[in-house]
Amino acid sequence: MTPIWRFLVQRVVSAITVLLVVVVMVFLLMRLTLDDPAAIIAGDSATTEQIQQVRESLGLSRPIVVQFGIWFGGLLHGDLGESFFYKKTVVQLIAQRLEPTLALALCTIVMAVMVAVPLGAIAGWRHGGWLDRMLMGFSTLGFSIPVFVLGYLLIWLVSLKLGWLPVQGYARLADGFSPFIRRLILPSVTLSLIYTALIARVTRAAVSEALTEDFVRTARAKGLPEWRVVIHHALANAAVPIVTVIGIGLTLLLSGVVVTERVFSIPGLGQLTVEAVLNRDFRVIQAVILLFSMTYVLVNLLIDLTYLVLDPRIRY
Amino acid sequence: MERRRVDFREATGRLRLCVRTTLAFTGLVALCACRPAPQSAPAHADKVLRMVPQSDLEILDPVWTTALITQDHGYMIYDTLFGMDASGRVSPQMVETWDVSADKKIWTFTLRDGLEFHDGLPVTSDDVIASLQRWGQRDTMGRKLMSFVEGWEAVNARTFRLTLKEPYGLVLESFGKPGSNVPFIMPRRVAATPVSKQIDDTTGSGPFVFSKDQWRPGEKVVYLRNAKYRPRAEPASGTSGGKTVKVDRVEWVVIKDAQTAVNALAAGEVDLIEMPAYEQYPALESNAGIQMVEPNPIGAQFSLHFNHLAPPFNKETVRQAAMAALNQPAFLQTQVGIPGRYRTCFSVYPCSTPYFTTTGMDFIARPDVNRARQLLGESGYDGTPVVIMQPTDLAIIAKLPVVAAQLLRDAGFKVDMQSMDWQTLVSRRAKKDAWNIFLTGAGAEQVENPISNNMLSAACDKAFWGWACDAKLETLRDAFARAGDDQARKALAEQIQARAMEIGALVPLGEYVRGTAARRTVTGFVTGYFLVLWNLEKQ
Amino acid sequence: MIDLLDSTVDALPTAAAPTAWRALATNWSVRLGGSVLAFFALVSLLAPVLGVIDPTRLDSTNINRRPGVSSAVTLANGESVQRNFWMGTDGLGRDIYSRVLYGGRVSLVIGVSVATLSLLFGLIIGLASGYVRWIDVLVMRMMDGLMAIPGILLALFLVALWRASLGTVILAITLTEIPRVGRLVRSLTLSIREEPYVEAAVSVGTSTVKLLYRHILPNTIAPLIVQGTYICAVAMLAESILSFLGVGLPTDVPTWGNIMAEGRLSFNQYPHNVLFPGVFLALTVLSVNMLGDGLRDTLDPRFGKRGERP
Repeated sequence: MTPIWRFLVQRVVSAITVLLVVVVMVFLLMRLTLDDPAAIIAGDSATTEQIQQVRESLGLSRPIVVQFGIWFGGLLHGDLGESFFYKKTVVQLIAQRLEPTLALALCTIVMAVMVAVPLGAIAGWRHGGWLDRMLMGFSTLGFSIPVFVLGYLLIWLVSLKLGWLPVQGYARLADGFSPFIRRLILPSVTLSLIYTALIARVTRAAVSEALTEDFVRTARAKGLPEWRVVIHHALANAAVPIVTVIGIGLTLLLSGVVVTERVFSIPGLGQLTVEAVLNRDFRVIQAVILLFSMTYVLVNLLIDLTYLVLDPRIRY
Repeated sequence: MERRRVDFREATGRLRLCVRTTLAFTGLVALCACRPAPQSAPAHADKVLRMVPQSDLEILDPVWTTALITQDHGYMIYDTLFGMDASGRVSPQMVETWDVSADKKIWTFTLRDGLEFHDGLPVTSDDVIASLQRWGQRDTMGRKLMSFVEGWEAVNARTFRLTLKEPYGLVLESFGKPGSNVPFIMPRRVAATPVSKQIDDTTGSGPFVFSKDQWRPGEKVVYLRNAKYRPRAEPASGTSGGKTVKVDRVEWVVIKDAQTAVNALAAGEVDLIEMPAYEQYPALESNAGIQMVEPNPIGAQFSLHFNHLAPPFNKETVRQAAMAALNQPAFLQTQVGIPGRYRTCFSVYPCSTPYFTTTGMDFIARPDVNRARQLLGESGYDGTPVVIMQPTDLAIIAKLPVVAAQLLRDAGFKVDMQSMDWQTLVSRRAKKDAWNIFLTGAGAEQVENPISNNMLSAACDKAFWGWACDAKLETLRDAFARAGDDQARKALAEQIQARAMEIGALVPLGEYVRGTAARRTVTGFVTGYFLVLWNLEKQ
Repeated sequence: MIDLLDSTVDALPTAAAPTAWRALATNWSVRLGGSVLAFFALVSLLAPVLGVIDPTRLDSTNINRRPGVSSAVTLANGESVQRNFWMGTDGLGRDIYSRVLYGGRVSLVIGVSVATLSLLFGLIIGLASGYVRWIDVLVMRMMDGLMAIPGILLALFLVALWRASLGTVILAITLTEIPRVGRLVRSLTLSIREEPYVEAAVSVGTSTVKLLYRHILPNTIAPLIVQGTYICAVAMLAESILSFLGVGLPTDVPTWGNIMAEGRLSFNQYPHNVLFPGVFLALTVLSVNMLGDGLRDTLDPRFGKRGERP
């Protein structure tokens, strides 16, 4: 087997192990300690015996191992069960919510990269100077304001006072590109501020370090204009760390997505998960956590593969 | 691993490609975004009414749950035998005529002509009987009625007969009950679903049709006008009268964040907010495009409930000490605070309803913290902390527990206020040892008589949360149900109230009136017990 | 993948003590961040003597006062004083100024506790994993699993499991941060293990514990301190998000997060409810982040050799 394949197999095996661990941990944690949703589903005026009836009809009074076996068995068939609350299968619910979250996440990453990379490059180029301090201070500020405060402020300013963009909601891509993007701009801006700080920081470090290297001195000695030196030589050095931090920061992004979706009323996976946790909708919680973990593992695997593209000297 | 230092054409070439692609993409995006928003609907398009509902619609079965949102949903797609108008009078809705036998044990009802379900099938007696039987297994008033029932009979497709074991005074009031669980009429095949399972089929005979394929849980619920619905001739009032739909489509736009909902209304992205929080009234009222309406002038009632099983409130004297400290104006001013939207009401029955009386309420009407302290000392209170559950995400009652905590602390109690989301509260509430006090609110239609008010139940294990246990109160409530005339009922209602106060079954904390926020372009609001969406027009 | 980021904090030779401290003291980030943070910490500490009233005292006569308004307040013992509400009052009539000052205590306590606890546990886990093979295999899988779940969701999940109190919120956020610290320490341990002086020590027969304590631990201090500041910042923000989602601390223990969460319903009309605690929180978090940046700049020798500039 060539090194690449061996590497891939290794990673896939380790990924599956991680996912299994997550799944079992979450399952056990939930069923062993969380109050179950029977009381919530049965409603306000249900009696204790009615709640018990509901509990049994949902299969929640069976032994833990049996419940896990049933769920896992279903999982292998691609059947994640039905939500306790909505009369839809978990797979349907997630499929519906996937597009908004994905759109928001991608839009955020694109925006963040576009702002942060130039910011970080300039800061790294002028390391230690007042411009560096100002830019880094600004980006750190974005990282320090709670997301929902920022969201409210932006809505108040841009949607209410200026009337440029809608307040809330999500328009599906299938319904037209313009409404889709107009509703995504404010939430993406709000969320991208966190990511911008991370990426700018990493870019600055990489650029600043690269500028001390010999090859840069050579480039300058050759008479190349400064901007070429920074962009073509120093910035390329930052590609790998930037991509890395995007992968690692993914969970940070997803955390921010939860709040942003609530403030801007975007019907995505973040809101679904919050509601599911508060409702004790076990099947949805399990499925979503599984999904997030898979995404995280997959994205990081892809990033590792991207290194092959970005740096031919990396070999696995 | 060493950090990589990179200096090669290949990578920069690829990087440049990435950068160029991104810039192009951005340019495209900016271009599209700057295009002016598409004009709102061309002339021939549907009239759509968009409302922010009080919460997300999850459970579609109005017999399975008493959740208010499911009740709202029920009123959209189902119809009822009788309705209740704004003055509390029961009037026929699906029923054309009815009569009672001389011994008051046989009730015969005839349905209106031409009633149809959404799938085109006619509404028959079999459907009605099946629906009522299913409802009667769950609802408190329903169960009471069923305990008097001898048998049902479908005389013909449009007529059915109810035979009682003995006369029961609340037959029509039960069928016309406006609040959860409402006796909605469903097709027989749907009503055949056992009560332990939720229904799947949303066919009804109401003024709207539920669009299941357009339903996105957590995002929006869509109702279409039922073109085949034949409204009654009388004007709409409460849940009775003609339910004429004047728009083509209604969308419930789920917005979880209250602030965002208000912003959306201000920007015209929605037309109605069903129940804005009181904190937002000033902002709503100051906006020129928004009007505040009151679909329910009778209002609702706040109440406090003790856990009668767990210490310290398992002792009646300790409950009495707490009741002496509770002060209605404090609760109302803090939770509502808007003049004209609240009033004190020293009765377990809402002030503007028939059974209102102040008998036995002196204690509550004149709270006195010193007397409370004294009573507490006499009761032998041993310092057990009082656990008060506070729901952080229900703005309408979120402040009540904080006030209660302060009042009880001033009276000498040790208080442990625990904050949680409403779902957690509901789960905890079902546990007999996990709490001591919780507070809630209920619409006037729920609590206007001692039978429909299941919070007055003292049936021990089968009582409302708190498990009040008192045989005497239960006997009085039973007597009320059997009472033959209004005068007897009123007298019993007074006795029930007095006894309820003695044992501390519940503590009424005053009344409040909810408003609905709407754009000024929306007209035709119906007065009653809650917001209903028929009769509404959008300019 | 993670290893790449870990390698950015390669084994650091222990810097000579005096130079390190001097570098620390002259770094502008450390000075600015440190002094702002010290200011907020001091204000929170001295809260009782800074003109506050009981932050949990409800007052239905003083609801929603705007900042700067003066009004009569009835205290618990019955006396009535005139008071100027510098930051206004909230919807329950409580003084925002008092709540913000006391709230600072809780928020800072949460930040520092989470940072300390996660560093401690992360250190132990990382050292053990880096040094003992079978622990590594077992524990790191769990850590990877934890890291794959978005932090806020995990914290929300844990707080919903237990009741929301100071202890549970701290514990929940700590659990979400331990894996990262663990990974960091592990990779440091792994790389230091390969160093010649460590091999020498092993061949001489030094016990594992002494090795960990003498050679590996000192090299983890600097990166851990830097990481700790970031964790502190993240923890304070996480608490505010948990409050926003409705699972924060009960409101009779004011925190910057739950003051904002309660006040957000009247944001358009009375923004002071959200803006005052928001500004305090943002500035504190900013100062902690700057402190962290400064520490990283000074304690990481590669930035020390800043070379010539054109």
